[in-house]
Amino acid sequence: MSHFPILSLITFLPLVGAGFILTIRGDAEVVGRNARNVALWTSLITFFLSLYIWFNFNSGTAAFQFEERAAWMPAFKISYHMGIDGISMLFVMLTTLLTPICVLASWENVRDRHREYMISFLVLETMMIGMFCALDLFLFYIFFEGVLIPMFLIIGVWGGPRRVYASFKFFLFTLLGSVLMLLAMLTMYYTAGTADIPALMAFSFPAAMQTWLWLAFFASFAVKVPMWPVHTWLPDAHVEAPTAGSVILAAVLLKFGGYGFLRFSLPMFPDATVEFTPLIYTLSIIAVIYTSLVALAQEDMKKLIAYSSVAHMGFVTIGTFTLTIHGVEGAIYTMLSHGVVSAALFLIVGVVYDRMHSRDISTYGGLVHRMPAYALIFMLFMLASVGLPGTGGFVGEFLVLLGAFQADTWVAALAATGVILGAVYMLYLYRRVIFGKLVKEDLQRIMDLSRREVAVFAPLVILVLWMGIYPVTFLDIMHVSVNNLIQPFEAARAAAEGAAVIAGH
Amino acid sequence: MYTSAVFLPLLGSLIAGFLAFLAPEDKDRKARIDRAAQLVTCTGLILAAVASLFVFNAVVIGGNPVTIELFTWINSGGLEISWALKIDTLSAVMLSTVTVVSSVIHVYAIGYMHHDPSIPRFMSYLSLFTFFMLMLVTADNLVQLYFGWEGVGLVSYLLIGFWYDKPSACAAAIKAFVVNRVGDFGFALGIFATFVLFQSVNLDTIFATGGSKAGATLSVFGGEFHALTVICLLLFMGAMGKSAQIGLHTWLPDAMEGPTPVSALIHAATMVTAGVFMVARLSPLFEYSDTALTVVTLVGGTTAIFAATIGCVQNDIKRVIAYSTCSQLGYMFFACGVSAYSAGIFHLMTHAFFKALLFLGAGCVIHAMSDEQDMRNMGGIWKKIPVTYALMWIGSLALAGVPPFAGYFSKDIVLEAAYAAHTGIGAYAFWMGITAAFLTAFYSWRLLFMAFHGEPRADERVMARVHESPKVMLLPLMVLAAGAIFAGYAGYASFVGEHASEFWGDSILILPAHTALEAAHHVPAWVKYLPLAVGAAGIALAVVLYLVAPGLPAAIAGRFQAIYQFLVHKWYFDELYDFLFVRTAFWLGRGFWKTGDGALIDGCGPDGIAAATRDLARRMGRLQSGYVYHYAFAMLIGVVTLITWYLLKQT
Repeated sequence: MSHFPILSLITFLPLVGAGFILTIRGDAEVVGRNARNVALWTSLITFFLSLYIWFNFNSGTAAFQFEERAAWMPAFKISYHMGIDGISMLFVMLTTLLTPICVLASWENVRDRHREYMISFLVLETMMIGMFCALDLFLFYIFFEGVLIPMFLIIGVWGGPRRVYASFKFFLFTLLGSVLMLLAMLTMYYTAGTADIPALMAFSFPAAMQTWLWLAFFASFAVKVPMWPVHTWLPDAHVEAPTAGSVILAAVLLKFGGYGFLRFSLPMFPDATVEFTPLIYTLSIIAVIYTSLVALAQEDMKKLIAYSSVAHMGFVTIGTFTLTIHGVEGAIYTMLSHGVVSAALFLIVGVVYDRMHSRDISTYGGLVHRMPAYALIFMLFMLASVGLPGTGGFVGEFLVLLGAFQADTWVAALAATGVILGAVYMLYLYRRVIFGKLVKEDLQRIMDLSRREVAVFAPLVILVLWMGIYPVTFLDIMHVSVNNLIQPFEAARAAAEGAAVIAGH
Repeated sequence: MYTSAVFLPLLGSLIAGFLAFLAPEDKDRKARIDRAAQLVTCTGLILAAVASLFVFNAVVIGGNPVTIELFTWINSGGLEISWALKIDTLSAVMLSTVTVVSSVIHVYAIGYMHHDPSIPRFMSYLSLFTFFMLMLVTADNLVQLYFGWEGVGLVSYLLIGFWYDKPSACAAAIKAFVVNRVGDFGFALGIFATFVLFQSVNLDTIFATGGSKAGATLSVFGGEFHALTVICLLLFMGAMGKSAQIGLHTWLPDAMEGPTPVSALIHAATMVTAGVFMVARLSPLFEYSDTALTVVTLVGGTTAIFAATIGCVQNDIKRVIAYSTCSQLGYMFFACGVSAYSAGIFHLMTHAFFKALLFLGAGCVIHAMSDEQDMRNMGGIWKKIPVTYALMWIGSLALAGVPPFAGYFSKDIVLEAAYAAHTGIGAYAFWMGITAAFLTAFYSWRLLFMAFHGEPRADERVMARVHESPKVMLLPLMVLAAGAIFAGYAGYASFVGEHASEFWGDSILILPAHTALEAAHHVPAWVKYLPLAVGAAGIALAVVLYLVAPGLPAAIAGRFQAIYQFLVHKWYFDELYDFLFVRTAFWLGRGFWKTGDGALIDGCGPDGIAAATRDLARRMGRLQSGYVYHYAFAMLIGVVTLITWYLLKQT
């Protein structure tokens, strides 16, 4: 290992910060202030360190980069193996960017246990980064499951009135899927004799076994994505979670499933992947249409956005399983832009929640009169969510649908109805919250964005426009890795077509 | 020069948008900021208009089409899309029309929005709208076209909902966006199909290889279809949404909720004509699909008559003009449908002038009548606002196609081309067009008579305040009036006459088999004079009904109540859609949420299992009763079971 262990550094630095916060003593106010500052600085430094990856990443190769390997349990051939490629790199950046934003967003609205709250967030960051970097099955599993603990606490301790129900639902749903995944991992480990992910990617599992392994992984990832019909934990978790919790949940945690499909299901079980494509299409299309309609009927802002997340994730799974370059790149891009946009939308809900302590749409109306800057930012992210060209939301959706059209025109057409429905529920939400006369008594003195809130939104605004106008920056990073991932499928398709032509003669 | 024509409006919009956020309490400072916003946006637009006239000169007169690549937008697996400006004759014509009409509207807006509290925001929207429109017309690939397409959709949403305090304005804004999205759904699928067929979405590449794909098929939706037909029909769905053709037209009349300059901008030069522009732009694709052209003609012809019938019974002055727009767009479409694209664009250009004139003139009337829009409450004001009155006459004469006004030249060539196509569908469009021309003349003069003549029907307070609009509003109208008078005569030779082929260059493709435009110059004399005759008849009918015998219309409406109700309710499209889509969507959404998610998934899933577990635990708990004989009995059963199992296994 000749180079600088950057991945371990950014993974465990937040944990070190959490350790620091543990040592803070004093009265509640001092502890709170110091804990916030330590958390902010730790996450900021982590972000700046992660820029080292951004600038030194070589997008010309599909191989894993910044690799680190250390013997961990040599007797069992389990090692501490980290590394990233063009698929995971951007998710690491997304995580390191959003954590300081979340810390800043929680500056004032967390009422008690500041120290524990900030510790949870830093531990969460460690787990998330580790998950995207892990290249060993068991290391991956530890991070993948480890995420549940801080998130469970964040929802269960700092959440809303039904927080206990929501946190248990969240925990049990995800755990149930993951247990099956663990069994599958053990099977893979015994079959292939290694826990190393790159080695497993090269290993070809027997077709019959692939089916079972694929299904076991699917159980876990489908809950994480979440796919219909195992999505019902998401609206509850979002509604009860504190703002920053919702942000991380929507922006990063939901990406675990999509990432898992790309890291495990596609490269390791290609036959099963092709076999189960119709299943994924069906569930995803139901997700897109069904949850869009449900979103339309919502009376709670957070729930509406939560349902819209399920719909957007439907696009991700469709794109992934088109097994075309456009579809997969679109899926990754949708995940990234959804990471930014849904984060911003939950923060937007958080802004008015902090002021009025209500998430009911009917509490609001006519906010534009008192909060023009807020209305503008809300407008921007609403449009990004709707997928307006020029915002980040468009590029991903466009590529996904382009890929889908090549794979199956019906899938593309049905999924594209989600684009219409998306516009309906978002515009309807916006109208009820922002437009109209400002008649409600308690809204008369509501304040526009504070300086801190502007600082929270500024990077997201820049990012969503950047992603919409010059997406090449991000697409270039993933091209080679995605190509490498898709290559076997394209080869198989070409072979099948060739065979068909020969048979036809 | 080229880029500044497109990006100056954006710059103006951003600056005005920034100014909108200053909104100081102090009145003088606010006035200064308003002034600055108006100055910046108007200057930006006028400079852009000047620049585009230079561009027009270089590209059209100089015969020098260019494509300017700005930078790459999206690249992914063989898909290469750039931000680029493609400027040939077609886009130069659109560029000039849009910027000229838009700058006139900008100036007019200074006067019209004088009392409005959010002037910078309004000016910013107007400029932004123009920018998106310019991106649309200069697109060199389908995706950038889509960008401009959705962009104008967005700003029209903002503009229609400009007075966001009004619930009706908010509803109309959402309707406009969503109905356009329905069209864009087809547009997007069309783009995908294009990519599948051509492996590219760049216009130049598509056009170069279009002919070679004329026989290709594409398997979509479980069948094999003629590829270019599929593509053209899908793309045309987008055009129908944006250009408010029958079926997807419902947003357009409601869009009248916006301020008048908005209506003019959306209806005259810009957004609604985007669909016509698209069909003309993609003529190298449409030409190879007779089916698609037939559909275009059918939709155009039907819309022309459909909207005209509704226009005859509306009482809102702006809605009459809105339906008129819808109807005129039908003319442009069926012109394209019979391969007379240049006639369609010609009508688009002249229409931009006279329709903007009519809308802004209507704005002056509304302004004069203290924001009254219902023509039943107008009347008897022509002497008080003679300039507006005269300008409205010019607009109406142009619209009705009376020589030598602009509409005469463009509408006649459209009708003649439809006749000269000598196809069944061409004849259908021709007769629909002729009937619509009769109705057009009728409702135009109905508007004039109801708004300006007869007994004053407004109350005295309003009548006392009727006044001519300020110069800043009238001068722009004069510019438009000049266009409405001369644009047809001036453009005829180049657009559709003897210089047409060198004028258009390579920007429009017409296959040699499609001769309608050429044959249009040699139609029988009655075809040439029929539009005039029916126009005169329409005017005469309006004179009879609204000047001579003002009681008659009510009597007729009473007599033919069913037809009247059908027309007043706009053929019941809104009611139908409300029932089919809006209510159904909400009903389904609520059902999926409460029954699907709540009762079924959660009920059988987590909540059900949790309840079952708790239930089981309670039963198990009951077993732990604390009585020794209960435990002894359980033990006994256990022992018996074990022994039985053991014995059975032995045998």
